[in-house]
Parts: sequence; C-alpha cells; structure tokens
Amino acid sequence: METHGFAFLAPWLVFAPLAGLLLNILLGGWFMKQPWGERAIGAIAATASGAAFIVSVLLAYTVFAGHGEVARWTLGQWIYIGDLKLDWTFRLDSLSTTMMLVVSGVGTLIHIYAIGYMHEDVRFKNDIPRYQRFFVFLNLFIAAMMILVSGDSYMMLFVGWEGVGLCSFLLIGFWYDMDTLGRSSWANSNAAKKAFITNRIGDFGFLIAGFLMFWQLGSVHSFQFDQVFAAAPAIAESNPVIIVLITLFMLIGVAGKSAQIPLYVWLPDAMAGPTPVSALIHAATMVTAGVYLITRSAPLYTLVPEAQYIVAMTGAVTALFAATIAVGQYDIKKVLAYSTISQLGFMVAAVGMGAYVAGMFHLITHAFFKALLFLSAGSVILGLERGHHHLAHHGHGHGGHHEEVFDPGDMRNMGGLRKTMPVTFWLYMIGTLALAGIFPFAGFWSKDEILLDAAKLYPQVYALLAIAAFFTAFYMGRQIWMVFFGEARHEAAAHAVESPAVMTVPLMVLAALSMLGGALNLPAVHTLGHWLEHTVKVVEHEAHVAPWLELSWGGFNPYVALISTVAALAAIFISWWIYGRNPLKAGQPDPLKKPLGLAFTGMENKWFVDEGYWFVIVDRYVDISRFLADKIDWEFWHDFVHDKVIAGTYNWLSHIALNEVADQKGIDAFANFLGKATQWLSGTTRKFQNGFVRSYALSVFLGVVIILGYLLLK
Amino acid sequence: MVDISYYILLSAVLFTIGAAGVLVRRNPLIIFMSVELMLNAANLAFVAFASMHNSLDGQIFVFFVMTVAAAEVAVGLALIVQIFKSRHSINVDEMNSLKG
Repeated sequence: METHGFAFLAPWLVFAPLAGLLLNILLGGWFMKQPWGERAIGAIAATASGAAFIVSVLLAYTVFAGHGEVARWTLGQWIYIGDLKLDWTFRLDSLSTTMMLVVSGVGTLIHIYAIGYMHEDVRFKNDIPRYQRFFVFLNLFIAAMMILVSGDSYMMLFVGWEGVGLCSFLLIGFWYDMDTLGRSSWANSNAAKKAFITNRIGDFGFLIAGFLMFWQLGSVHSFQFDQVFAAAPAIAESNPVIIVLITLFMLIGVAGKSAQIPLYVWLPDAMAGPTPVSALIHAATMVTAGVYLITRSAPLYTLVPEAQYIVAMTGAVTALFAATIAVGQYDIKKVLAYSTISQLGFMVAAVGMGAYVAGMFHLITHAFFKALLFLSAGSVILGLERGHHHLAHHGHGHGGHHEEVFDPGDMRNMGGLRKTMPVTFWLYMIGTLALAGIFPFAGFWSKDEILLDAAKLYPQVYALLAIAAFFTAFYMGRQIWMVFFGEARHEAAAHAVESPAVMTVPLMVLAALSMLGGALNLPAVHTLGHWLEHTVKVVEHEAHVAPWLELSWGGFNPYVALISTVAALAAIFISWWIYGRNPLKAGQPDPLKKPLGLAFTGMENKWFVDEGYWFVIVDRYVDISRFLADKIDWEFWHDFVHDKVIAGTYNWLSHIALNEVADQKGIDAFANFLGKATQWLSGTTRKFQNGFVRSYALSVFLGVVIILGYLLLK
Repeated sequence: MVDISYYILLSAVLFTIGAAGVLVRRNPLIIFMSVELMLNAANLAFVAFASMHNSLDGQIFVFFVMTVAAAEVAVGLALIVQIFKSRHSINVDEMNSLKG
C-alpha cells in the first residue's frame, strides 16, 4: 500500500475558500458596521485563498515525493444511475497541482490587492456595503476553479467549468446598475449577460462532447479521464470520426471559455468588472481553463492530427486577429483584454500542436505578467480617479469637472504618469517587457518555446504567431508611450496619486515572478517539462525540419529567438517613432489613423465583429422570437386556436346541447330526483330516533342478545 | 357447600329483573336501581366462579365493578338533579329533545 502523503487534504482546496465565503456571508454584514470591517472581510477572504495555496503546495509536494504518481482522493459518491457512476474524486498529478498552484498563488495575491482596490472603488462608486459581496464572489470563484482543475472526471471538471462561468457573470456584473463610468445604466449587466450567454454556447459544445463520450466510447461510465483515454484508441482505430467530433465539440467549449474565435467577443466586454476580476478571472485563471482542458485531454487530441491542426489554426488566427484589434483600442483595459485573447491564442495554438509543455509554460508566465499588467492598470485607473476626485473637491479654476463625464480608463486622458505614479510605472514596464517577450523576462522563454515548436510542426501557425508577437510588442509599446510618457492630457492625470502598499506589494511579487518565471523551464534544464511529463506524455512528431531549425542548444534555437527578439525590438522602436517621439496632444487623433486609413478604423472598431454578430445572429434571433410571439403565439395560438376553435366550439356545443328541454327535463330532473331520494331516506330513518331512552335501551339489549346468541350458537 | 348452579340461577334471575326494570320503568331512580341490580348479578356470578376455581381474580374484579358503579351513580344522580332543576320532572320519556 503506497502512502498518499497529504492527499487527504485535497477536499480543502474547495472547503477552505467555501469556509471563507460562508464566514463573510454570515458575519460580513456585522463586520461592515465596524470601523475595521473591510479589513476583516478582506483578510478572511485572502486567508481562505492562502489556505488553498498552502494545500496546493502540500499536494504538489505529495505528487513530487511520489515521483509524479497520480494520487486520488474520493470524497464520496455523486450520481449513481444505472451504468452512470460519478464520484467526487480529486485527482492529484503534476498537471493539476501546477494549475492549483497558479490559481491559488496568483489568486491570493489578487485577493490582497483587492483589499486596497475595492476599498477605494466602492467609495468612488458610492456604494460601500457592496464591498462584502465582492469577496464572497471572489472566494466562490477560487472554490469553483479548484473543482475545475482538481476533478478526476470530465463531469467534475464541468461542474467547476460552470461554477467559474457563474462567478465570471456575477463579477462582470458586479456594478450591475451602472456603466464603467459609474453612470446609472444596464451596460455592465448587459456585458455580464453577454459573457454568460456566449459561454453557454461553448458549454453546449462541451456537453455534446461529453454525451458523445458516454454514448460512443462504450465503457465510459464514470467519465474518469483515464477511463476515457483507455477507451479512445480502440474507437480511433475503428471509427476515428467519433474522436474528431468529440475533440472538435470540446474545442467549441474551449473557444467559449478561453475566448477564441468565434466566441471571443465576450472577453473585451468583461472588462466591465472591477480590475482585480479582470486580472484574476479574465486574464490569469478562468480563461486558461480551455488550455487546461486540451492539455488534460491530450491523449484524445493526439489520436486525431486533423483536429489538432484545427485547434492550432484557431489559436494562431485568434492570436493575430486579436493583436491587430489591440492596436486600435484607447481603453487601457481593452488593450489588455485583446492582448489576453491574443496570448490565449498562443496557448491554444501550442496545445493544439501537441506542444503541451510550451502551452502550459506560457499559461503560467502569462498568469504572472498579465495579472501584473491588469493590476497595474487598475492602479493607474484608481490613480486617475484620485486625481479627478481631488480636482472635483478643490475646484481647480473652472468648475466644469462635475458635469464632465471623465473616463479614468481612457489612455487619451493619461500621459506623463511615470512622474506621478513611479512605482506603478516600473511595475507596468516589467509586465510589458515580459509580455513583449524581451530577454530575459518570463514571456521571452515561454513564447519562444511556442514559436520554436510551431516552426518545427506547422510553418503557417509559426508565421501567424510571429506576426502576432510583433503586434504584441507594438501595442504594448504604444500603451507605455501613451500612458506613462509625454505630458498629461487631462488635469486628472497631472494630479494622479500613487497607490498604497496593499496594492503595490502584491504587484512587486508578481513583477518578480514575471522577471524570473522563465526559470521554470529554461532550455537544457526543462524543469517544467520533466515535471509535466509524468502526466502529459508528449509524442514526438517526426516532421521534416528545415535546416536552420536543426540547431539546438538544449532545445533552444538561437535563430527563432533572434527573429522574435528583433521583431519585438523593432515593434517597440516603431511604437516609439509614432507615439514616443511626438507625444500625443489632448484631443489629437491617433497618429496611425491617417497613414492606415480604413485599416485603422477597422482595428478601432474591433473589425465590426460585434456589429456583424448583432446583424447576423441577434437581430435574426429577435426577428424569429417576434414572429413566434406575434404570429404563432398570439395570432395563431391565442386568437385562432383558443378563441375561435376551442371557445367557439364550446359555445356552439352548449347552444345545441343545453336548450330548455334537455336542461329542465334532463339535468334538472336528475338533480331533483337526487334531492327527493335523500329527503325520503332521511324521513324514514329519523323515525328510529324517537327520543325515548327506554327504546334505545331496548335496542341495545336486543343487540346484545343477538350478538351473544350468534356467539353461542355458531 | 351449595352447588354452583344455584348461584348462577340466582344471578340470572337478578339480571333479568334488572334488565326488565331498565326497559319498563320511567323513573330514572328506579332505572338506576335496576342497573345496580344487573351489576350485582354480574358480581354474584364473579364471586361464585371465583370461589369455585379457588382464585381471587373474580373477587378483585368485583371491587372494581363496585367502585365504577359507585362513580356511575354519583354522576347519574348529579345529572338527574340538574335535569329536575330545569324541567321540574324526571320522567325519562319527556327527555326527548335530541330526537331527529
């Protein structure tokens, strides 16, 4: 009997955040009345998340000590119906523990950051009691994400998958009764609905994939990963279409959750949520669930190279497409949102090609630097809010600030922030360099590994990704020049105030991780690769490789690295040429608008994809609903079937059947007969009830005599 | 030792007299006395059989019957007094207001 180490702690991955959540639900209202209440709520939530992190560390140690052996811990039975046997089993292997560490580690840092961020956000939005709800939702998210990454079956994964979708909805619509600028509107709640509905389309694909597994793979009764993978190869031999369908329907789920073409449209709108949410859910963890799902399902995808190619192309096209849109955005968080879509495209392309280690590596480093970027952007936004608040209260000259709608997230309102917010500036720079893939930051190593694998396996994917990487460096450079350099284009930017330590310290940790994260999987050492090998068996493709790719310094190709580094540096230089050399003036249009013309209008307006979806799907859907409501339901069903056919027939029948003869001779006579019969019966029987006690006594006596006589004589 | 059959016969005669009294008399006091007669006929049968079987069970039962009879008479007499107060008559044939 092998030892399971700390495996018995596995349920606490979920219970710890649930405990924090319950504590904050039950006591939060009372806390909020205390002067120290907000700190208590934040501390409870952060501790709950931190506890999950400690459990993750212990579990990872358990797997490490067991030499990568899969450990399982069953909490109980879930659904047992006929052949279907689902358990609550936690699966501990190198892949799931890696995800746990990322989720709870980055999650805890963001919890701490959120203590400071939400403290100010609820005041700027003028609704302090909502502070409590935020941390309840945040803990619920951690719990759901833990179920997602630790489940041992597709169905348990799906529970977490839906759970994080719900939390995403709740947190995007956190300020549900206003828009991002705090004006009364349903804009935020519409963004939440958009995210939820788009995700449902993806979940539908996931469900169909699940049904196909149960229906076609024969012996899949528990949806356990190993059971599915054991059954798949035989089916792939006899009927590969089944596996292709399963993997492609799963890809629809991935496209929904991980914001890939064609379902990515919800993620930019999801920026309506508070910035810690954007960082945690919509950059670092939840959106990577799709990448995790494909990595987890590696044995299925490996069986069908056709599906792998589709996945890789989906990712690569998304990476480039989203990167071009990011160039034309003005909102600091929207740029990062499209960047996230683009980077998720990198990861999906990587896992699609079968480069699971590279995909997971990029997932981890991306979680570090994108969380850093988002949280720094949150710091910038709050800095501007503080400056704006300061102006509104001290009335700097012209008092028009009260009526003016000020957007603290608009980069056209920023500029020169490196002087007013130096800490945030340096943190943002680190995140940018990591994202742009500059040596030796984390993004350089992970992106390079993806590019190298792409160059070896699918040259088209490599070309798309390399161009996307160029755009990445360009839009990040554009952002840096617009936000932090030049002169302030708005008085609020000139009076921006640096964020407190509770926000900047978690950022410094993330910045350190963004700088050093590459050490996880350095060439020649491949720590992460060997670690994940226990779970994900990488199949080496014997592809024909171009001579320049054959050179390998411990799995590191200097040419690929050189190309991407030169491209990134060139992109940053061009962005300096356009945005840094002559800083943008207040009210001046984007300098790219003129030379690029229509192309820039497209980038600015997200290539009109939302409008296209609206025209092709939403409007048509409304037309059909209106047709069903007006024509089918009202005119046909209500007016014709109900009023004409049913009510009319009924009236006609009653006129025929209920004339005077039938009514009086038939129905009345019958009713009167019932009444008469009852009267006669009661008139007869009441005579026995004569009121003479002695006659009652006689009947009792006779009764006794009869019963005794019967008993004696029988 | 008197033969058991004499006791049984006496008991039967007493019971019959009592039953007839309950059925034919109109004065509730007499009816009560007749009921007592029936109860005591039963008591007589109890002790007779008890003595025959050399067992105390029947005798103990008689005590219970006597106790219950006493309680019954107390309740019955109270009812009769109340009825007499309201109607100035105790004729049972006049107490027929509950008939259908």
